[in-house]
Amino acid sequence: MKKLLMAAATAALMLGAASASASAEALKVCWVYVGPIGDFGWSYQHHQGLLAVQKEFGDKVETAYAENVAEADSEKTFERFAREGCKMIYGTSFGFMEPMLKVAKKFPDVKFEHATGYKTADNLGTYNAKFHEGRYVIGQIAAKVSKTGTAGYIVSFPIPEVVAGINAFMLGAQSVNPDFKVKIVWANTWFDPAKEADAAKVLLSQGADILVQHTDSTAPLQVAQEQGKFGFGQASDQSKFAPKAQLTAIVDNWAPHYVRSVQAVLDGSWKPAQVWDGMAEGTVSMAPYTNLPEDVVAMATKTAADIASGKLNPFGGKITKQDGSVVENVDDGMILGMNWYVKGVDDKLPQ
Amino acid sequence: MRLEKRPERSAAMALASPFIALALTIVTAAIIFALRGNNPLAALYVYFIEPLTALWSVEQLLVKASPLILIGAGLSVCYRANVWNIGAEGQLTAGAILAGAVPVFFPAWQSPLVLLVMVALGVLGGMMWAAIPAFLRNRFSANEILTSLMLVYVVQLLLDYLVRGPWRDPQGFNFPKSVTFEGWQLLPYLTSGIHLGVLIAFIVALVLGYVVSRTLKGYEITVTGLSTRAARFSGFSEKRTVMFCMLLSGGLAGLAGAFEISSVVGQLQPQISPGYGFAAIIVAFLGRLNPVGVIFAGLLLALSYIGGEAVQTALQIPDKITRVIQGILLFYILACDTLITYRIVSPASRAAAAAGA
Amino acid sequence: MELLLTLLTIIMTAATPLLLAALGEMVTERSGVLNLGVEGMMVMGAVAGFGAAFMTGNPWLGVLASIVAGMAMSLLFGFLTLTLLANQVATGLALTLLGLGLSALMGESFVGQPGVKLPSLAGVDPLVPFSLAMVAATGWFLFRTKMGLIIRAVGNSHASAHALGYNVIAVRYLCVLFGGAMSGLAGGYLSLFYTPQWVENMTAGRGWIALALVVFASWLPLRILAGAYLFGTISILSFVLQAQGLGIPSQFLSSLPYLGTILALVVISGNKALTRRNTPASLGQPFVPDR
Repeated sequence: MKKLLMAAATAALMLGAASASASAEALKVCWVYVGPIGDFGWSYQHHQGLLAVQKEFGDKVETAYAENVAEADSEKTFERFAREGCKMIYGTSFGFMEPMLKVAKKFPDVKFEHATGYKTADNLGTYNAKFHEGRYVIGQIAAKVSKTGTAGYIVSFPIPEVVAGINAFMLGAQSVNPDFKVKIVWANTWFDPAKEADAAKVLLSQGADILVQHTDSTAPLQVAQEQGKFGFGQASDQSKFAPKAQLTAIVDNWAPHYVRSVQAVLDGSWKPAQVWDGMAEGTVSMAPYTNLPEDVVAMATKTAADIASGKLNPFGGKITKQDGSVVENVDDGMILGMNWYVKGVDDKLPQ
Repeated sequence: MRLEKRPERSAAMALASPFIALALTIVTAAIIFALRGNNPLAALYVYFIEPLTALWSVEQLLVKASPLILIGAGLSVCYRANVWNIGAEGQLTAGAILAGAVPVFFPAWQSPLVLLVMVALGVLGGMMWAAIPAFLRNRFSANEILTSLMLVYVVQLLLDYLVRGPWRDPQGFNFPKSVTFEGWQLLPYLTSGIHLGVLIAFIVALVLGYVVSRTLKGYEITVTGLSTRAARFSGFSEKRTVMFCMLLSGGLAGLAGAFEISSVVGQLQPQISPGYGFAAIIVAFLGRLNPVGVIFAGLLLALSYIGGEAVQTALQIPDKITRVIQGILLFYILACDTLITYRIVSPASRAAAAAGA
Repeated sequence: MELLLTLLTIIMTAATPLLLAALGEMVTERSGVLNLGVEGMMVMGAVAGFGAAFMTGNPWLGVLASIVAGMAMSLLFGFLTLTLLANQVATGLALTLLGLGLSALMGESFVGQPGVKLPSLAGVDPLVPFSLAMVAATGWFLFRTKMGLIIRAVGNSHASAHALGYNVIAVRYLCVLFGGAMSGLAGGYLSLFYTPQWVENMTAGRGWIALALVVFASWLPLRILAGAYLFGTISILSFVLQAQGLGIPSQFLSSLPYLGTILALVVISGNKALTRRNTPASLGQPFVPDR
């Protein structure tokens, strides 16, 4: 028993020495994920960003991550990373906002970046992606491809990002077919394949012939493939799961942002900012267009290019709301807090 | 292999059994680590020992343990009486909703009274939610394991509805969060990391331990659990015990909910507990259905969470290992407890004993 | 009409895993053993089924593997509760915990891989008719055969069954194993047919619903069938109502299946005579043969 303890202590010492020597030169960069990195969706894509940082900077950085961190319980995880010598910590869920604020205040020498939040501090910035730009493109595609003129839209929770996504989708679709309709089902989960499959089947039975999802599993696409219908991948290219059904996917590509941000820390030029990148910066991109006629591919490619170049703004011009009132000059703040539907959406939001 | 009942409970085994179980768990964990290609000794050190070597992680441990102890103590009393409340997670949520209503509706109200009202409403909320399965069991004989569990999902959806709709922070960009709590809407901190709720959790468990072992009420509960017939002969009402146990465990879960939102979480949001109500069920059994044992069990389970996170960040061992280790620990504890009242006899030794006789 | 038929197929798919797991658990409970680890056995069945099908390319081997995985888990449960006489409630919970963790650990390399789907036979998913046949089979077995009579005797009064010379422990082991096989199969159904993929925690609480169905059905196969299809109907209906755009809060619709289960439990359990006639009297009690 004594021997065992000694061995354990030696091993621990070696471990401590190893991490100490590494942190002497390398910048320790840490990620806190809300889901498992195996979700093949949101957390998976952030983890791809971590891998990109590793590849880009090699020995100059040391990375660590914690997955499946519950929002209610995340403060202690952020504190652990700050104590373990992380100099840059990323939190990838909106729910981490208050815990990150608290820990950032406690550790002024550590830098923090919070995905999808809106509160900042001297050492806490935010970053987000303009997913709605991709939604506009798939809206156009859906309106071109759909024969019934109706899409089925599976959504997780009514947060502004999701609502803005529905609106951008509809605006894109209406630019092709002004009478386009969408049926909305709230799954009340980000991830439950069987439930998402049920919702998909119900939507297809109700006259929709193209599926859109703002939930993370690949189940709806698999259902679309089975029934010979079409759909769009979420967060990552999911064509592997439904090669005959996926038309394209809105891919979250966090790598460019993480690489830029880590570079800034290494340079000493990092400042807390509110980064909101989109197609122009490569954070939002479209997966290869498949199963589509050439004219639709050409249209989608052009729309994506116009959005990236700034020529087209999905929320530009006059927009008629669901209640009939008209808004103009929708700015970033209105999109980030969006709580209303555009005309043509047949659903109600909780007020 | 056969089991034979010991003439009387083995006191030595009763004392040794948790330690044997823990040792077996550590050995099994080492094997899993080795199979995954990690250095088992280093991993064991990071998992079980390192968290105890720094003040900040000991503080985290105590904060993490306190809701487990609070809920586990109540559940242990419940399970003694053969009342199977599986829905503490829902009672915690109900308590948090009622307690959280105070800052949501009176955001500007600041006085020590606020905290008292919140705590009282938290207890009330938990009791109300626990009273439903108790009533359904007493009136309709509906199985409380299932009703209390179903009610977890229902109240979580209710909280979800509230924070996404009517109780949303008006300045919160329409995100599903209530206002953040401030001043007297939060528990005072005893040290930089430990809030008042931690102390209260330990006190509650000790008091319950006294009630169970030294008072008539405790006797009544134990007798009802052992045999409803015996309880009836002694003049104890089974229905009253069911209601009492559910209200007690529900109230404590609600208290834990009030503590969570007024300390670690600091507001209402769709998820306010990472499953404390379910984990506390393990705590109750690990603590051998004894509120004082629950204190140690709560600390041990909290260590398994903190250690699980430590091996994840330090050695990149996936977080799933935490649930595996918790499951294995519970299995070993249950198996070892058998040896308190039974001993293992091999057919050979039985034959020998028979020959000797 | 066509719409109704489509909805019926959706409901059948949603109800089948519940039906399979609940039938298995019913037999287990009829023998007097309460195994709360259905969720853990299901999720292990799901990962084993996916893994075997993924590695061999044969979905039927996947089905087999899911059954074996469920049985292995139930054997662990049986050893603790039947041989070591551990508390059944606690052991069942430990089984769920272990299953959820172990399956996630084992399935790490399967994530993000498209699975192998069980082929439909003549347009019908083969496990749907199988589950319906199992309703009849378990009913016939429990109430029309000698073995079924023995199982019910063991569940109602293990002391008397023992006195009559039946091996209580052996009977219970078999019933626990059957429950494990059916739960494992139910999990395999999820990862091989329902949504052919593996993700952590993909059973998402369906094991608990199956447990509720057993009590709801007062341990009768036909009522389990009714309960599983009713539950499937309510959960699918909540999506149909949403797609109609009625503006009812979605959280309320999502909670309907749970509220419905509670209501059904109350109505069924309130019928004292029926409950007393069918509840295995020794449910959850450990059996110690005294010599």
